[in-house]
Amino acid sequence: MSRPGRSLLIATTVLSLFTLAWAGALAFVLWSQADAAQRESLRAALAGRGAFVALFVLLLPGLLLLLLRPWHRAWPLAATRLREAVGIVASSHPGHAITASGSPEMRELARAIEQLALRYASAQRDVDQRIAQAQARLAQETRRLAALMSELTQGVLVCNHDGRILLYNAHAAALFEAGDAGEATGVNGGGIGLGRSVFGVLDKAAIVHALDQASRRAAQPGVSATAQLITTRRLPAQGGPPTAQGIQLLRVQMVLVREAGADGDSGYVLILEDITRAVESDSRREALLHQLTEGQRAALGSLRAAAETMQRFPLMDEPRRERFVQVIDDESARLVRQLDEALARGADPLRGAWPREDMLAADLLFAVQRSVDAGTGVHVTVEPSPDPLWLQLDSHAMVQALTQLGAGLNAELGVGTFTLAATADGRFARIELRWAGRALAAERLQQWEQQVFSLGSQGRQTSVQEVLAQHGAESWARAGEPHAVCLQLPRARPERLPNVAAVRSRPVYYDFDLFHQPGQSAALDDTPLAALTFTVFDTETTGLSPSGGDEIISIGAVRIVNGRLLEHECFDRLVRPRRPVGEQALQVHGIGDEMLKDQPALEQVLPGFARFCADTVLVAHNAAFDMRFLELARERTGVAFEQPVLDTLLLSEAVHAGRASDEHHLEQIAERLGVAVLGRHTALGDAIVTGEVLLKLLPLLAERGVHTLGQARDASQRTSHARLRY
Amino acid sequence: MSRSILIADDEPNIVLSLEFLLEDAGYHVRIARDGQEAIDAVAAEPPDLILLDVMLPKLSGFDVCQRIRGNPAWRSIRVVMLSAKGREVEVHKGLAVGADAYVTKPFAIQELLAEVARQLQRGPDAG
Repeated sequence: MSRPGRSLLIATTVLSLFTLAWAGALAFVLWSQADAAQRESLRAALAGRGAFVALFVLLLPGLLLLLLRPWHRAWPLAATRLREAVGIVASSHPGHAITASGSPEMRELARAIEQLALRYASAQRDVDQRIAQAQARLAQETRRLAALMSELTQGVLVCNHDGRILLYNAHAAALFEAGDAGEATGVNGGGIGLGRSVFGVLDKAAIVHALDQASRRAAQPGVSATAQLITTRRLPAQGGPPTAQGIQLLRVQMVLVREAGADGDSGYVLILEDITRAVESDSRREALLHQLTEGQRAALGSLRAAAETMQRFPLMDEPRRERFVQVIDDESARLVRQLDEALARGADPLRGAWPREDMLAADLLFAVQRSVDAGTGVHVTVEPSPDPLWLQLDSHAMVQALTQLGAGLNAELGVGTFTLAATADGRFARIELRWAGRALAAERLQQWEQQVFSLGSQGRQTSVQEVLAQHGAESWARAGEPHAVCLQLPRARPERLPNVAAVRSRPVYYDFDLFHQPGQSAALDDTPLAALTFTVFDTETTGLSPSGGDEIISIGAVRIVNGRLLEHECFDRLVRPRRPVGEQALQVHGIGDEMLKDQPALEQVLPGFARFCADTVLVAHNAAFDMRFLELARERTGVAFEQPVLDTLLLSEAVHAGRASDEHHLEQIAERLGVAVLGRHTALGDAIVTGEVLLKLLPLLAERGVHTLGQARDASQRTSHARLRY
Repeated sequence: MSRSILIADDEPNIVLSLEFLLEDAGYHVRIARDGQEAIDAVAAEPPDLILLDVMLPKLSGFDVCQRIRGNPAWRSIRVVMLSAKGREVEVHKGLAVGADAYVTKPFAIQELLAEVARQLQRGPDAG
């Protein structure tokens, strides 16, 4: 029976009972006040008429039902219908028509509500329309950006502050492609991809240096927050474009991305250009020029002196004259030989015309100060220079070279404190590294300058001497109080100063919300599951209630690369919790407080785990449970896990839908899929079982049309377990 | 008494001309073939002026110049650097380490003789 019918029945019953009770009460009062004779006559009147009374009583509900029906229709029923209609309007269909029914008052109410619903519906349409417009605009902007980026001849990488790649164009991909062929097998093998770390392809030290530079510039009013750097990448033996030393030279322009109202930078854009060829031909030209000029000055000097001497003394004796003729003969032969050699040999590439950027001397000194301090712990003070002194530098190389000198002085003479100063000296800038104590022999300085060091992990091998030569710089040691190593560099010409006002910082707007988007990007979603790198992990805990203060005591993880479970690439750590292990949990995993008391705390373990699973897709059985623990630990450890997550529990349910929930325990799934269960209830053991389960699930998922990460996530979300949350 | 000049250069072809010209001009000339020889020659008997090539074996001209300037007893020696390195940065460095003049090869002998005469006229304390 429907709900409105039941309410009518209840009302009828209640009213009937009440009427009967009231009539009964009246009869009782009358009876109790009557004397014996009245009672007798009443009894006589009722005698034999019981059926008549009963009929009356029985007819009462029917009569009341007939009377109540119109009332019921006019009020409770109308109210119920109205409520249902309002429910539909509010929840799903704003345009739903509201029909008026029932009493006049109810009809009034219905009409009023209908007015309200109409207004609500139109407001809703308006909102929908605006959302659609905004989305269309966003899509258009994204398309425009994509078109712009694909048209650029340079490679473009957009990274967030941690160096994760959020956006890149085809040129950037092509730029790094060359270097990948040989090294793509490693977990973090080269190449760029959304969500991967830019440090996989570019030298981290160089990027950090550029970030420093850009941030310093950003702090100065009117200067754009950009930095330039030149960095190198080693190319594998074959595959890449054939360059002289197998080194790719990249000019990188960095632009910081700042958000309105935010204090820090949310990321940066890198504009990349492969300048290997350009520099090679430039430096060949320069070296040739050098050889044709300076290389021959000595020979020309001797020639000219000899010729002039003979001219001056036409009457010199024969043997002497013979010697001078010999000199002229020798030197002109030498000149011809040198010229031939120069033309034949070309030049030594990657030397000479090294590209440089404009930089303030003060900035250079501060960068050196930080670098020396970090590298050797030597205390460096920077003497403030009165005027801005601009230099042209490959600043990363120059900072490294100066750091080498500082380290050398520290090691050789035990110098503990330095002063760095920069002064203008005509067209040159003089940088002095001063110290007190023992003096430095000139020969030692020369030896250091020839020592080879490498610029960053990806970087080329170079020496202080080479860096100085590339800058057209000279160095010497000066004895005296204080002693100093002096560096003389050409100053930047005024017309090459960075344009301060003309390049107005950042007028461009951007609506893309890329910078808040963790690794779950569209392109990753389209990646086939088989092509992904997974980190399969499991945790053991002090108990089952993450929000109740239970904590992680063990993390185990293995990696799956190219469809193979790499048991040797594993992560297995115990963690000292801040509360004792619960009795029940102890029964499960058997890890007691005694075992944990000397283990590192979560703050020490989690960053390592984060590094282990960077750039991979996380997988766990009943992942919501483990992820909840990691999420709660985030506040304490500052480590966030934002990569995509897959759950073998949900994937198993997507494959074997309709099974009872206890058939989705890890053991049951493993058994069903033919995975041997070993070492259960250790984090690493469970992680390995989970990983093998995942590998068995992948082909089953493929049979059901689930091929990509995005499809796997969608399939997971449709399962009933997905609604469970911890 | 004639002024003494030390030629420190490892190129015999230029030394030949320099020696001839300077002796003809009346100077007492000695020769050193490398940086160490130059220092030894100065120590044996300080010359009035040294013609110092930058690209010397063993000890570069810059180093020799610094050593001479580092010894107070040799303050009066005039140092004229000769070099095939003609870039401004090197000229600047030569003057920074204490040379009195810097002459770039190739040079006109007339200019060189004039420079030598000018330096010797300036006297020991004009520095």
